[in-house]
Amino acid sequence: MKLRKTLAAVLAAAMLLGLAACGSNPAPSTSTPAPSTSTPAPSTSTPAPAGATEITLWTYPVGNWQFESDVKVLTDAFTAETGIKVNVEYLAYADGDDKVNAAITAKQTPDLILEGPQRLVTNWGVNGHMVDLSDLFDDTDKAEIAPYALNACIAPTGEIYEYPLVMTAHCMAVNLNAFKEAGADQYLDLDTHTWSTEDFFNAVAALDAQYGQTVGAVYCVGQGGDQGTRALVNNLYGGTFVNEDHTGYTWDDPKNIQALQKLHDTMGIAFDASIAGGDEIKLFYQGILKMAFCWNIQQQLNPNSANTGEGLTMHGDEIAFMAFPTDDGNPQLCGGVWGFGIFNNGDQARIDASKQFIKYMCDSAHTADAVRTANFFAVRDTAEGADLTQIWSDQPLMAEYSKLIPMLGEYYEDVPGWAQARNSWWNMLQKIGAGEDIASTVSTYMAEANAAAAG
Amino acid sequence: MAKQNQNTMSRALARRETIAAYLFLLPSLIFFLGFVVIPMVICIFTSLTSSNMNASAASGFVGLANFIRLAGDATFIDALINTFVIVLVSVPTVCAFSLWVSSVIYQMNGPTLSLFRCIFYLPVVTGSVAVTVVWKWMYDNYVGVFNYVLTHVGLIERNINWLGDEKYALWCIILILFTTSVGQPIVLYVSALGNVDQSLVEAAEVDGANSMQVFWKIKWPQMMPTTLYILVITTINSFQCFALIQLLTSGGSGTNTVMYYIYYTAFKLTEQAGHFGYANAMGVVLAIFIGLLSAVQFKLAKEK
Amino acid sequence: MKSGVQHKSIYRVLSVILLVILAFLFVFPLYWIVTGAFKTTQEINSVTPVWFPSTWTLDNFTRLFSRRTAPLFPMGPVGPAAIRWLVNTVFMAVAAMVLTCITASMAGYALAKKRFRGRAILFGLIVCAMALPKQVILIPLIREISALGLYDNIWAVIFPTVGWPFGVFLMKQFSESIPGEILEAARIDGANEARTFATIVVPMVKPGIGALAIFTFINSWNDYFMQLIMLSSNNNYTISLGISTLQAETSVDTGMLMAGAALAAAPIIIIFLIFQKYFTQGITMGAVKG
Repeated sequence: MKLRKTLAAVLAAAMLLGLAACGSNPAPSTSTPAPSTSTPAPSTSTPAPAGATEITLWTYPVGNWQFESDVKVLTDAFTAETGIKVNVEYLAYADGDDKVNAAITAKQTPDLILEGPQRLVTNWGVNGHMVDLSDLFDDTDKAEIAPYALNACIAPTGEIYEYPLVMTAHCMAVNLNAFKEAGADQYLDLDTHTWSTEDFFNAVAALDAQYGQTVGAVYCVGQGGDQGTRALVNNLYGGTFVNEDHTGYTWDDPKNIQALQKLHDTMGIAFDASIAGGDEIKLFYQGILKMAFCWNIQQQLNPNSANTGEGLTMHGDEIAFMAFPTDDGNPQLCGGVWGFGIFNNGDQARIDASKQFIKYMCDSAHTADAVRTANFFAVRDTAEGADLTQIWSDQPLMAEYSKLIPMLGEYYEDVPGWAQARNSWWNMLQKIGAGEDIASTVSTYMAEANAAAAG
Repeated sequence: MAKQNQNTMSRALARRETIAAYLFLLPSLIFFLGFVVIPMVICIFTSLTSSNMNASAASGFVGLANFIRLAGDATFIDALINTFVIVLVSVPTVCAFSLWVSSVIYQMNGPTLSLFRCIFYLPVVTGSVAVTVVWKWMYDNYVGVFNYVLTHVGLIERNINWLGDEKYALWCIILILFTTSVGQPIVLYVSALGNVDQSLVEAAEVDGANSMQVFWKIKWPQMMPTTLYILVITTINSFQCFALIQLLTSGGSGTNTVMYYIYYTAFKLTEQAGHFGYANAMGVVLAIFIGLLSAVQFKLAKEK
Repeated sequence: MKSGVQHKSIYRVLSVILLVILAFLFVFPLYWIVTGAFKTTQEINSVTPVWFPSTWTLDNFTRLFSRRTAPLFPMGPVGPAAIRWLVNTVFMAVAAMVLTCITASMAGYALAKKRFRGRAILFGLIVCAMALPKQVILIPLIREISALGLYDNIWAVIFPTVGWPFGVFLMKQFSESIPGEILEAARIDGANEARTFATIVVPMVKPGIGALAIFTFINSWNDYFMQLIMLSSNNNYTISLGISTLQAETSVDTGMLMAGAALAAAPIIIIFLIFQKYFTQGITMGAVKG
């Protein structure tokens, strides 16, 4: 009885506390047309003094930009210099898109967003939710930024919806200890980081013989990390994903079907509709999968973001990064570009402050810090005179990894209907994994993507 | 004269009664109308338009075009079927299971009874997200405890990809839904069994009825109101399986439901992302089905 | 007759054995959360399940608490965001509970005991809306909430919960049992409507209010969907939403997830265990009325 009373008192106290707290929230928002309810409570109750602006940044997990402790250092430095306060919210790939779209529906978008062009340009940009950043690029900038990254950020109609910060080439990784144990390390060329399709399947066979469980997973619960499965399938026999003038999809290429068939028939490789790229990385990190198709330099530097040592699995096994296997010795890797975009919320002061933020992070003496935090390569060598080539000079791994950069294939995520194509891709993989006829499944789902591409 | 007076009296009384009734209803109606009925009405209107999140797309009145498209959308049909599979499987099994558990435990002594009651109630109060997170781990293809146990006792040879295989995924989700649904029905049945009129039971036993007969002929009819109430709350509960689908399979592996597909259409980055008219049309179709289901249930309730 | 008795006792023994096995299965997820929350990274990632942690560690909680920070309450000192999420969740559940109990008991009484125009339609509407999943009205609702300036505000989750008509339905069922004569007597004594409600109706439907209170509390605590679409900033998250966000961000750190799940489950389980008796009485009496 006494306990119950105490508990009731505690509950009542919590209630009062909350009331007092949250009470301050709805009150101003009803009197004013809710300037920025998406900012944390403390800020809404005190109107910002004239001249000072407050902006909100939503970031996808780009390297260490997913960690509050790292990001806070950067934003605090920015605030100290400009007086602009930055509120940061952290998105996940699993449901980040949903949150942004919900915010768009509620007309409460953040000011800034950190992600890649496949979302910022192809989706929100083209659909009219983003601000054109063309005025941030002068001729020097355009010359400095790697064409691969810059072109990815330009919409078909010419607007630039993303200011690129970092880029990388996506690759795959192998558990070197396991490969050695299975005698499969003979198939790896650790100097060039390349291997042939035949070597790859021989290695899988050796690993399967050794471990008798799935050693590599074609993950397909959703679109997370789909660049890995795409690159794997395309590279095995040299198939293509899109047509040359980037107007439609060609992944029913017989070479791709051959690759899918071979992957499907290979013991040790499983189509897994219960995991996405991130889960695959975890399983690889745990030593369960012996290879990962969703890999890049950021993972190599800090596998699984677990801070347990560069290039090592949880059990201390050595990880080697590899290009995707090909039968012509000419891998076409998918690249990733990450940068900032600005949502158009109609408030010029906040748009200007956001542009200031972009300039500060992507094109100034501070860019080096922003790049380092992202754990990727800078998209440019100099920014406003600051030399960016030395960012990773203390990091030999980066030099080694840069061997993969020349293998970057063409950037093709700008084809119309891209969002549908990604969905069709993983849905297709699920069906193939469930045992449906490969050729007809491929053509059904590719038709879906091409229908979207045609508009 | 007197009669007329009485008439005005009663009319005045009736009016007073009506006003009082609506005053009592007012606070509740504000919320009910504001956050359920009005959105539902808007939903119906929007379902007849091509309303869209993206400014670039045209939005106007399109009549029944969304519904016609729905009829040909294989994903939607699958989702609709799955939704009803979930409801039609989980509702009867929850009822039958909780009736069985209650019949076993209701005569136990106090502490044992409440121990069992608590145990079956625990998944309800653990919270849907916490439950989902742990089940996801238990079902895991590679490190899940189910695969470990089943392979080690020799029931299966290679790991089963519970949530990634169309053969199992929907049933795995129904199982979780099941464990989080039986708590309340068990509590209700235990007390309903305890409240059965003992004199009728004794009379039947004197007449030589066996325990099965006593149960179905005497106890079951008396528990009818409880059963109907359980049907209602379990049905409601089964339609609230969104978190399970979203967090476990994202609608893949043949586990899509209309509830998830609406969310998917509205917010996922597909080419039709933000197609509000289409998403709302799905909502309207689902609402119609649910309305019919509720009507049937309450018709049954009235007849009993 | 004798074999009948024997059959009966065999059936009973088998049932109890089965029940005990099932009870273990029902407890297991919770056991797995709690032990998982205290396992070391090595043990939690082990391919062979570690049934009982060999060493208990607080590392998972340390990581959970240091990952995100937030003011513990608006304008309050900065602390682990998970604690703020709990504060938000308790506030949300309690506010929804109080508002629902007040509005539903009034409305339920009116529906059960008053005869007025529109009663049948209203009741029909309530019955139909009860099973309606919120996803159906997702888009209009989010726009309405945004128009009210409530997006990313905890009230955006509370109001629709209060609007859900199950409470009214439940309280109507309870109020049916109030004898009309008592109300009549009160009126003859000159008590006005408000007084009648407060002094006669409320005490009689008290068990119903208790049941509804707990029901709404749990329901609001678990209503992950509304929280997902209405709340967008870390400071306004609820614990369920926070944990699901962590799962989306790092499905890789199972230990931290279990710590979060344990944190999310603990308060409500404690409340349940304390109020258990009151609780089972409450819902029971409501149901018997049917």
